[in-house]
Amino acid sequence: MNLETLSIDQARAALTSGETTATALAEAHYERIAQKDDEINSYLSLAKDRALAQAAKIDALLKAGDPLPPLAGIPLGIKDVLTMVGSPATAGSKILEGYHPPYDCTAVAKLEAAGAVLLGKLNCDEFAMGSSNENSAYGPVHNPRALDRVPGGSSGGSAAAVAAGFCVASLGTDTGGSIRQPAAFCGVTGLLPTWGRVSRFGLIAFASSLDRIGPFTKNVKDAATLLGVMAGSDIMDATASHTPVNDYVAESQKPVAGLKIGVPEEYFGEGLDPEIRAAVEKSIADLKAAGCEIKKISLPHTRYAIPTYYVIATAEASSNLSRFDGVRFGLRDKSASTLTGMYRQTRDAGFGAEVKRRILLGTYALSAGYYDAYYKKAQQVRTLLTRDFLSAFNEVDAIVTPMTPTPAFKLGEKTDDPVAMYLADVYTVAASLAGICGVSVPCGNTKDGLPIGVQILGKHFEEGMALRVAQAVENSQP
Amino acid sequence: MPTASALSPEVLAKYQPVIGLEVHVQLLTKTKAFCGCVNLYGGEPNTHVCPVCLGLPGALPVLNEQAVEFAVLTGAALNCKINPVSIFARKNYFYPDSPKGYQISQYDKPTCEHGYLDIPDGNGGLKRIGITRAHMEEDAGKSIHDGFPDSVTRSYIDLNRCGTPLIEIVSEPDIRSPQEAFDYLTKLKEILLYAGVSDCNMEEGSLRCDANVSVMLKGADKFGTKAEVKNVNSFRFIRSALEYEIERQVEILESGGKVVQETRLYNSAEGVTYSMRSKEQAHDYRYFPEPDLPPLLISEEWKNKILKGLPELPEAKRTRLIAEYGITEKDAETLTASASFADQFEAAAKASKSPKRVAALITSELTGRLNAAGLELEQSPVSMKGLAMAADLAESGELSSKMLKQLLDISFEKGEDFPVVYEREKPQQISDTSVIEKMIDEVIAANPKQVEQFKGGKTTVSAFFVGQVMRLSKGQANPALLNELVIKKLSE
Ligand SMILES: [Zn+2]
Repeated sequence: MNLETLSIDQARAALTSGETTATALAEAHYERIAQKDDEINSYLSLAKDRALAQAAKIDALLKAGDPLPPLAGIPLGIKDVLTMVGSPATAGSKILEGYHPPYDCTAVAKLEAAGAVLLGKLNCDEFAMGSSNENSAYGPVHNPRALDRVPGGSSGGSAAAVAAGFCVASLGTDTGGSIRQPAAFCGVTGLLPTWGRVSRFGLIAFASSLDRIGPFTKNVKDAATLLGVMAGSDIMDATASHTPVNDYVAESQKPVAGLKIGVPEEYFGEGLDPEIRAAVEKSIADLKAAGCEIKKISLPHTRYAIPTYYVIATAEASSNLSRFDGVRFGLRDKSASTLTGMYRQTRDAGFGAEVKRRILLGTYALSAGYYDAYYKKAQQVRTLLTRDFLSAFNEVDAIVTPMTPTPAFKLGEKTDDPVAMYLADVYTVAASLAGICGVSVPCGNTKDGLPIGVQILGKHFEEGMALRVAQAVENSQP
Repeated sequence: MPTASALSPEVLAKYQPVIGLEVHVQLLTKTKAFCGCVNLYGGEPNTHVCPVCLGLPGALPVLNEQAVEFAVLTGAALNCKINPVSIFARKNYFYPDSPKGYQISQYDKPTCEHGYLDIPDGNGGLKRIGITRAHMEEDAGKSIHDGFPDSVTRSYIDLNRCGTPLIEIVSEPDIRSPQEAFDYLTKLKEILLYAGVSDCNMEEGSLRCDANVSVMLKGADKFGTKAEVKNVNSFRFIRSALEYEIERQVEILESGGKVVQETRLYNSAEGVTYSMRSKEQAHDYRYFPEPDLPPLLISEEWKNKILKGLPELPEAKRTRLIAEYGITEKDAETLTASASFADQFEAAAKASKSPKRVAALITSELTGRLNAAGLELEQSPVSMKGLAMAADLAESGELSSKMLKQLLDISFEKGEDFPVVYEREKPQQISDTSVIEKMIDEVIAANPKQVEQFKGGKTTVSAFFVGQVMRLSKGQANPALLNELVIKKLSE
């Protein structure tokens, strides 16, 4: 059994045929993690007790010949910004070192209820802030496809674990590209559901109006399967939508002939790596060959997306991260003699440089006298960006763009230049701001063997459509 | 009362105080504003808590529908416009009893706006005080700085209160004197109690008040610089704190100084206010829309459904009681001190032939005895049914007022209802025909005009004679026999 390529369907087949058991499958993954994760650094903690107890339950079902839930025995990894009882939740930060959450994230609990085996918690940029996974307090993650390169971020551990065969699939979060970009860098599929499609309860917030939970998988169909399990309203999240949950697997497998595909000119400008451009254009040609109608479209406010995103995301982050104050949980600097001193020293010791930078930026953007010029203006531009997409979707069923301007860069290459790092989010943040859904799907490799991803964007709550086009791209790969 | 200085009344009279009040009211919902924890005062510290109200990472707020209903009731009771769309906002500040580092509140789009309430204007009329807004927010927990063996070096935090739903009611700067502030608060509390949205218990902190106050020379068209007075925990103290603060500000101005915009704390033991923080140190709360909560939509349909639950408010009840039962304005004022008091009165009034006398009995006889015994109306030994009986007996003359007082005293002494006491202690009946006839003769002799009326065919006048004789007999005449004999005598 090749764990690197093992999909949900394959694992299920192996379980039902008796080729393996849920326990053996979990053990095999743990074995592989023990052997190979030293060089990747994807897992921050393993949840062996919980995983093996769940595997034993699935094995009992198998033995009794009882009906199996949809994810029976499927080993999954969970990004460490999602809470899971029995495991630490560090969010990649020192400030949460030793913190054990007393409740399960809704999405995680739903997966387990569907039979999934939760192997452990995956490394990420601190509080999901970063595009390279170099901001983790627990060390960077290495790209399994090229160990000297970043896996992308912030869900670098989630992408790397799937690419390295340390789990069949994983959960990540995407605030400004944190699922889609690492999926592209590591050569796996990543799904960004519509904001509100999957409950955020138990997701340690970075920027609430942008944060979303989504899966990393080895193929498009697996992403559809996981979304179907996680999607839906939640009494614990007032922003989780009541929009009906579709049969994403069925929708993803429909033919694409006759669909209209939009190609926005703004996403193919300066700075796009020629190999990536070629691979994405090849995918567009493949879609045309599959019967799609290709339309050139314009998303005119695209160039404002990065500044807009960094104002809104940092503003919300500055507030969301206020609760890490040393009072109730996590790190506390006990040497301080005053309350303010305790706050300052705890937060100074607990937060990394990038987190501090964003808290400062966000605090500034919300401050009296600056609010209108920054936060309010950014919200107005956000509305314009959303309208760009809505009017485009009047013309087309899905939009295809490059996922990243460059393939995975070298570790340390951009750490001294935060602005260059922010600019690399050029293709991801507009969709984040608009709240629409998208899929990052592999569409080839550079001549150096680095993976290339293409982004398929869909209308709000039309994940089925985005997955359908992504499936067509996947089908056209050699 | 200690004053800032010995300012003469003439100097004070040159200035016009301008006051606005911010009142925080805890709502009596079953659960907290944004989680399922019980909303209950007290309890072992940190037992009414969950991941949401503890602000644990990843937890999210979900709005309590009952809190919205109570907010709408409050707004309606205060004549506010209920906004169809309101937006929750985060008020960011660090404090150990605020676990998220921000309070969920409302900022530029509150649920209720543009209301008012009327207070007595001192000349028998009413003065209208504008209500700028009534917005929803959550309460913080409590920091406990003493009472523990290590309190010198440590503070403790109890988060049971954290997340309790609050309404903050902000008045316009329409209040012109400490007494008006006192009257405004009294009326506000009365309305909130009637609406049933809060118990308004100041000792338990379910009603808290901050005051903004400034002074200007009378006739000036621009308000002076204001100070905010916080931490005042009774209506009386607010009046005193405002009196102190007004004198302090006048003294500054009189001595050529400038009032500084600042927040001041009232110390009730000393009766003075102290500077807490200046404008420069004021918090920048960095309000922004709460992204974890969708806009609150209150449809016309929902609003109307909620408003069906709005009980009759004090003003309306007083007007109705006066019209319906013919009671005096003063009695109506006393009887509507609480909704349950008024309900009790109405129950008795309905059971009696003379509601007016019921009202008088309650205000003149019952309340005094209750106060003396330290009892609430609900604990009264005399039931409303018993009171109705007493009123009827007094009205018919069967019971003299002196006797009535005695019987009520016995009721309170023995904790027995009025009918029980009456049955046991009621005056011995006179059933001796000759004795009763003698009294009738006496009354007839004293009232020749009424006799003429009777003989002229107005037979109803016999009731007058029955009443007069009953009074003469101190209520002891056998009523049936008396009736019979009066008719007989008048017809002779
Ligand atoms: Zn709670």
